[in-house]
Amino acid sequence: MSTGTPVADPARTLATAARVLRQLRHDPRTVALLLIVPALMITLLRYVFDGSPDTFDTIGASLLGIFPLITMFLVTSIATLRERTSGTLERLLAMPLGKGDLIAGYALAFGAVAVLQSLLATGLSVWVLGLDVVGSPWLLLLVALLDALLGTALGLFVSAFAASEFQAVQFMPAVIFPQLLLCGLFTPRDRMHLVLEAVSDVLPMSYAVDGMNQVLTRTEVTADFYRDILVVAGSALLVLFLGAATLRRRTV
Amino acid sequence: MMNKAADAGANAVEARALTVVRGDRTVLRALNFTVGAGRITGLLGPSGCGKSTLMRAVVGTQAKVTGTLDVLGRPAGHPALRPRVGYVTQAPSVYSDLTVRQNLDYFAAVLRPGRAHRGARRDTVTRALQDVDLTSHADALAKHLSGGQLSRVSLAVALLGTPELLVLDEPTVGLDPVLRRDLWDLFHALAADRGTTLLVSSHVMDEAERCHRLLLMREGTVLADDSPDALRSRTGSETVEQAFLHLVDTAATRQENSR
Repeated sequence: MSTGTPVADPARTLATAARVLRQLRHDPRTVALLLIVPALMITLLRYVFDGSPDTFDTIGASLLGIFPLITMFLVTSIATLRERTSGTLERLLAMPLGKGDLIAGYALAFGAVAVLQSLLATGLSVWVLGLDVVGSPWLLLLVALLDALLGTALGLFVSAFAASEFQAVQFMPAVIFPQLLLCGLFTPRDRMHLVLEAVSDVLPMSYAVDGMNQVLTRTEVTADFYRDILVVAGSALLVLFLGAATLRRRTV
Repeated sequence: MMNKAADAGANAVEARALTVVRGDRTVLRALNFTVGAGRITGLLGPSGCGKSTLMRAVVGTQAKVTGTLDVLGRPAGHPALRPRVGYVTQAPSVYSDLTVRQNLDYFAAVLRPGRAHRGARRDTVTRALQDVDLTSHADALAKHLSGGQLSRVSLAVALLGTPELLVLDEPTVGLDPVLRRDLWDLFHALAADRGTTLLVSSHVMDEAERCHRLLLMREGTVLADDSPDALRSRTGSETVEQAFLHLVDTAATRQENSR
């Protein structure tokens, strides 16, 4: 039927993304925190590993992938939770807005913020802090962007299961920490217990970190790198679809 | 700009055996009622009697609805109804971190997306701001507004698409008498000039007098579906409030006798 609401409409998606960014603009402190904290952390890390620059290279590159994932996860889960509790979600879903418009709108807006965040953190690491990247820094940026989308997707998804901001924040340790421990940041994944290694094989952050390390150590774009970004992008898409399924037009 | 549905005698909403279950509680019990097109129908009853649930069912956001519920000639919640029905929830649902105009701009873009409609959108936003008398606050952040102003922003959003049916859940709660009068004048103007059908809930009985027709509700049932005048004369009461109490008492006696 031509009168129905399409799943997504480019103009509505863009309007939603613009609205999310406009909300952020009224909150300069959040913007500042989003942009500056990763840069500060990576600087801190540089001087923590002052005596062992090789360690800074591996951990730094991994963190460049992890920061956008964590921050976008937090920001999105709170933002969509607010959308649910303030009644604006119910209002939007009673209007001719496709679920895809809302989700893609958030992904676009926070993706744009993630690009800025990663440009700043990556640029600082490579050109100021002396992070030794063998491959192209642009690929680092690409992985960071995909990580941010994965974070947005996960945040959107878990916000459906949180009844309050308190709960939403607690999903951070629940969803992110296990991935952080198992992604190969602290110890190579092949040196973990067999069970944990198998678990880490199915967690998307493992591929995000591996992708970063591929760029760090190889000049050419490797097959593993393609696999890594495909897994991260695929997981992001999958979780976005799951997130869309949690948006119900009719609620009890 | 009269709506076709506004012909005399047509119904904007028709419910037969409308039942809603929430958890293990039956919130609406086999309701039968109609809402006349182009008229103001008041939905009155004490808090918790099922007014909001009934409104959510009409708008199509309520789950577990059984029975028949037709809105503007289609089953409630049909996608084609989304641009034609405006809905204002009890709590103002707007973005507190956007200005009034930015809120309206966004919702207007959802209703009529695309660059081609930019001019038309600006006009509807301007008109909605005038309708609720907030033009002077257009550039204020929503979170800096008073409760009454905020609920008017929420109302303005619902007016954006010139909906044929407006469902307003307690739109005048917490407003001062002057604002309340102004809003009721607006509701009458919407019905008279734009042919809009309004379904307005309230638990303040004196607002009932301003409606063309009343649905009196109690504990998930409709006690009466009549005009304010007919209600008063039928029950021999001076006010709608007395008529309501009279109906509650008769219903209670009938229940006692049937036991």
